[in-house]
Amino acid sequence: MNLNKLTIKQASHGLAKKEFSAVELTEATLNQIKKRDKDIYAYLTLTEELALSQAKRIDKKIANKEKIGLLAGIPVAVKDIILVEGVRCTAGSKILENYIAPYDATIIKKLKQSGAIIVGKTNLDEFAMGSSTENSAFGPTKNPYDLERVPGGSSGGSAAALAADECIYALGSDTGGSIRQPASFCGVVGLKPTYGAVSRYGLIAFASSLDQIGPITKTAEDAQIVFDAIKGKDEMDSTSLNPPDKIQNSKFKIQNLRIGLPEEYFVKGIDPAVEKIVKKAISQYEKMGAKVMEVSLPHTEYALSAYYIIQPAEASANLARYDGIKYGLSEEANDLLGVYLQTRQHGFGNEVRRRIMLGTYTLSAGYYEDYYIKAQKVRTLIKEDFNKAFEKVDVLMTPVSPTTAFKLGEKIDDSVAMYLSDIYTVSLNLAGLPSISIPCGKVGKLPIGLQIIGQQFDDEKIIKIAQEYEDRSI
Amino acid sequence: MININHIDKLARLGLTEKEKRKFKKELSAILDFVEKLKQVKTDKVKLTAQVTGLENVSRIDKGQAKSKQERKKLLNLVPHTKDGYVKVKAIL
Repeated sequence: MNLNKLTIKQASHGLAKKEFSAVELTEATLNQIKKRDKDIYAYLTLTEELALSQAKRIDKKIANKEKIGLLAGIPVAVKDIILVEGVRCTAGSKILENYIAPYDATIIKKLKQSGAIIVGKTNLDEFAMGSSTENSAFGPTKNPYDLERVPGGSSGGSAAALAADECIYALGSDTGGSIRQPASFCGVVGLKPTYGAVSRYGLIAFASSLDQIGPITKTAEDAQIVFDAIKGKDEMDSTSLNPPDKIQNSKFKIQNLRIGLPEEYFVKGIDPAVEKIVKKAISQYEKMGAKVMEVSLPHTEYALSAYYIIQPAEASANLARYDGIKYGLSEEANDLLGVYLQTRQHGFGNEVRRRIMLGTYTLSAGYYEDYYIKAQKVRTLIKEDFNKAFEKVDVLMTPVSPTTAFKLGEKIDDSVAMYLSDIYTVSLNLAGLPSISIPCGKVGKLPIGLQIIGQQFDDEKIIKIAQEYEDRSI
Repeated sequence: MININHIDKLARLGLTEKEKRKFKKELSAILDFVEKLKQVKTDKVKLTAQVTGLENVSRIDKGQAKSKQERKKLLNLVPHTKDGYVKVKAIL
């Protein structure tokens, strides 16, 4: 049995039944990394010692017949933008190449309490800015389904590590599609929870009104297990919150489910082969008894523009902290200004500088109203579009990305073409909605994801709907 | 038209002349793309900065003393220190 191929549910079951130990499961995972990762390059840092010592502790607990949770003893890969105390955290950037995290992110604290085994930190686009992992200062990750193609991004390392069975599950972050798009390209499940449902404390900030942490797993069932472990309000993140008091009803009958297809999402620009497979997946739900109807999200065509104003604006403010004074890279110069300039000149890659400049421009005097305020108003209209659609339907279903995984180097010199690969995902971040990407077929050997979108705090519901597909499809 | 020298100065990026030319071209392409927003009528629309409707979330206004160990961990990350302080170049 290849232990590293198991799901969380299966591995947890095996540990409880003593079919294998946590150390054996961890070693199987580490061995797979050693075998496969020189081709994939999913990991930036391995935490072998930490992992094995955590695994030994869990085995002791099992031997002592202590009760353990579903995540105890299960190896996880963590996107290298989430802090794990004492472990290097680079954010894929030269500016943090030697940065050692001084504390645990809240979700890491929670996972450690659940007995999780952290095997390493995964590659990403620098500061999570990108859709292919090619913007990493440490080199690109490759797609396990085709080594000449990108795994997607920015959580490309996490999705590729999972697809290559180099972990049992992974953590990612999603600002405009960075969990869902790589999950789609790598044939795994990716959940972007409702904005604020999971604490961002200890996640290196990119665009704070959009950033959200979520799980990347082999099944929707596993996504629920991880989400349960990491969700909830946190005093250390003022934007985090629990679902409102009104009883959250995640129960539903598939026969009563109303599924909306946004007409603006199935238009030119989408690869016809992708469209066909996504529509076939949706027809599966129809066969199960769900009603499928067209809905309209009229401001869809403006979403990417609004996103590419709001997101770089917030990024330019967040990344002002990298000044060579408090931590990270620090270049020598004759005066203070020189330290700033030299450090930022050498520390940041091209995409990061591009976005800092774009954000600086749209926030600067004379342009702020025309760009930033305008984009925030359009954000309201986009959110209202979804509210109106949800008066008629329970969930929306769409493709995750208009294409399958593209070739390395294909879009790296054309920012706008790269940005377009997030066309179906950014709106959800602007509206704070939860959505999940699940594998629903392949074009040739390349996987495709179906995106299921719910209303705010419908996280559990969309996971259950995803599970129905997994259970019934062959 | 984007004034690249002004943006470079504001963002403290220390760009070379060659980089300025390159970025100016690339930024213009992105700005052309987002220009589309001008078509949307938004006179009576309120802006959204926070999507879940939280307002004025604050914590108790009280400092927290760090333990010696925590101080050490943070100071170890600082490029230049002196007597437990962060050392910077003279400002004036």
